Amino acid sequence: MADTSHGTGGLTFDKSKRSWPNELNILLALVIIIAIFEIIGQVAPYMNGQSFLFDTKDRFDSIFNEARLQIIILQVAIIGIIALGVTQVIITAGIDLSSGPLVAATAMIAMSFGQTELVNGFPNPKALFGTWAMDLPVIVPVVIGLAFGACIGAINGTFIAYFRIPPFIATLGMFLICRGIALWWSGGNPISFPTESYAWIGSGMMPVVWFIILAIIFQLIMSYTVYGKHTYAIGSNEEAARMSGINVRRHKVMVYTIAAMLAAFAGIVLSSKAVTAQAGMGEFYELFAIAMAVIGGISLQGGRGSIIGTVLGAMVLGVIRSGFTYIKLDGSYQLMAMGGIIIAAVILDQYRQRNKA
Amino acid sequence: MSDDIVLETRDLTKHYGGVHALEGANFTLRKGEHVAIMGDNGAGKSTFVRQITGVEQRTRGEVIFDGKPVHFAGPLDAREAGIETVFQTLALADHLDVPDNLFLGREKTKLNWLGPFRLLDYKAMRQDTIDGLNKTGVKIPNIRNTIQNMSGGQRQCVAIARTATFHSKLTIMDEPTAALGVQETAQVENIIRTLKEDGEPLILVSHNMRQVMDLVDRIVVFRRGRMVADLKKEETDGQDIVAYITGAKTGAEFEGAA
Ligand SMILES: Nc1ncnc2c1ncn2[C@@H]1O[C@H](COP(=O)(O)OP(=O)(O)OP(=O)(O)O)[C@@H](O)[C@H]1O
Ligand SMILES: [Mg+2]
Repeated sequence: MADTSHGTGGLTFDKSKRSWPNELNILLALVIIIAIFEIIGQVAPYMNGQSFLFDTKDRFDSIFNEARLQIIILQVAIIGIIALGVTQVIITAGIDLSSGPLVAATAMIAMSFGQTELVNGFPNPKALFGTWAMDLPVIVPVVIGLAFGACIGAINGTFIAYFRIPPFIATLGMFLICRGIALWWSGGNPISFPTESYAWIGSGMMPVVWFIILAIIFQLIMSYTVYGKHTYAIGSNEEAARMSGINVRRHKVMVYTIAAMLAAFAGIVLSSKAVTAQAGMGEFYELFAIAMAVIGGISLQGGRGSIIGTVLGAMVLGVIRSGFTYIKLDGSYQLMAMGGIIIAAVILDQYRQRNKA
Repeated sequence: MSDDIVLETRDLTKHYGGVHALEGANFTLRKGEHVAIMGDNGAGKSTFVRQITGVEQRTRGEVIFDGKPVHFAGPLDAREAGIETVFQTLALADHLDVPDNLFLGREKTKLNWLGPFRLLDYKAMRQDTIDGLNKTGVKIPNIRNTIQNMSGGQRQCVAIARTATFHSKLTIMDEPTAALGVQETAQVENIIRTLKEDGEPLILVSHNMRQVMDLVDRIVVFRRGRMVADLKKEETDGQDIVAYITGAKTGAEFEGAA
């Protein structure tokens, strides 16, 4: 009776055949892609034996080309922050298309409360509001921006969970609404000259710092908290989750709200990094965020995927982008290659799933 | 007399649009009693279960559980009131492992002040899962395996272990042995006998005549959404029950109902 390790009719479990985590495959793919670029760099005649990964000029007293690595991560950090939220949404078998425009709308709104009154001794030429909104402590624009994101996310979630609007449609609607808000907020004018502390949020490597901190926090949340467990359960079998007593609707609203707050934060970081906010910001960000999650091994059917996977997916996109620049192929090839990689990632994943277990 | 009634339904009715899936069911269950519900496919057995357990909201009628009229807003309410259910659909999350499924919706947690972000106590849940499986004699090769990698019978064992692990005032099982092999069926029947010994009441939905005659005290037959018979085991036999199921007979007190 005490032994539950052997099925009566079933197979016994072989520890050595424990399926290895999906994330390792993505890591492997990442290494292979880097190796390909490295080889092209060494072999292609027009590259003059440059190295993708290693420091050839010995500028930093180290073996790696840190400058390139930094740029790779910096390029994907802001979209990566969005992808952390999109990952949670997709795990519930949903989708969020509104994050790109939400980035722009939040950038506009937050920056308008983060402007400085005097620029080189003259009044701020891009001032949107009167002096009452100038030189506010940085917490004010940040809180306003996050609160705006939370509202948008709560509305998304409410329509999806309570009015049973398909996530694709609800967030497509919100996509247009947010782009509209971004344009309407300042009548299409850019908003510039933030306070020093606002400009600090996205300065230098700060976007990477935020990305890494948030990735760690959400990886822990998804693996070790009730919130994470219920998110997976809902995506895995919504009916079972409901029957197990999970308040599925309320939970979905929470997931969409958190996702939108992450996108809003990305908007704050982006506007700070650019030191200006424009209504056209964040174009295609929602799609790249989804792509990161998909390359990271998420299932659009829900129930499967991880934050670590998405971080690796973000790295894959970053490496491809940087690699194509490095081998001097222009943007049009980059887009085509990224498209191909996204499709290849899904095909490989499906193949792997079918051959599992 | 009414003191020892655990569950009573009065005129319990469920319509899905024009489909009268359940019509005027008057059902009682006494303390420690094991009752089987039988009937053909589509007779309304699972519908009956879903109305009692708050999975769906009834069209009409009353449910009295533990002496009080109840209106469960959802399955969690029913569970908190003390009703544990194995649903016919099993209600398992495929991507989660055995402890996750056993404790889904009632996780053991630490640092509860963190609200929805309170920490899962994996260790305690794993230990309780192993204890629960030992207690019920259910055998699962590896509890860390996800449900999607399990056979139909193993899944069913997990669903049953889930109800048997937690003490309850009433256990409901909707066709718990439908996909099970001989040994697994025997295991489940043993779990049911244990419940009987412990005096825990049970509603068992089953198509298996032998099993029903072996295990329960009373048999209730549904036909086309209505209760058509309420038979003590000693006063009936397989042929008799089949007659009620197929419609060749209808219980005297149910005349006019069907
Ligand atoms: N959600 C629903 N919407 C519409 N009709 C439904 C719904 N659920 C069940 N029904 C109908 O109600 C009737 C009773 O179904 P129920 O599932 O209770 O049958 P059952 O007795 O459990 O059958 P089985 O032995 O096959 O499990 C059937 O005719 C079924 O088609
Ligand atoms: Mg049924």
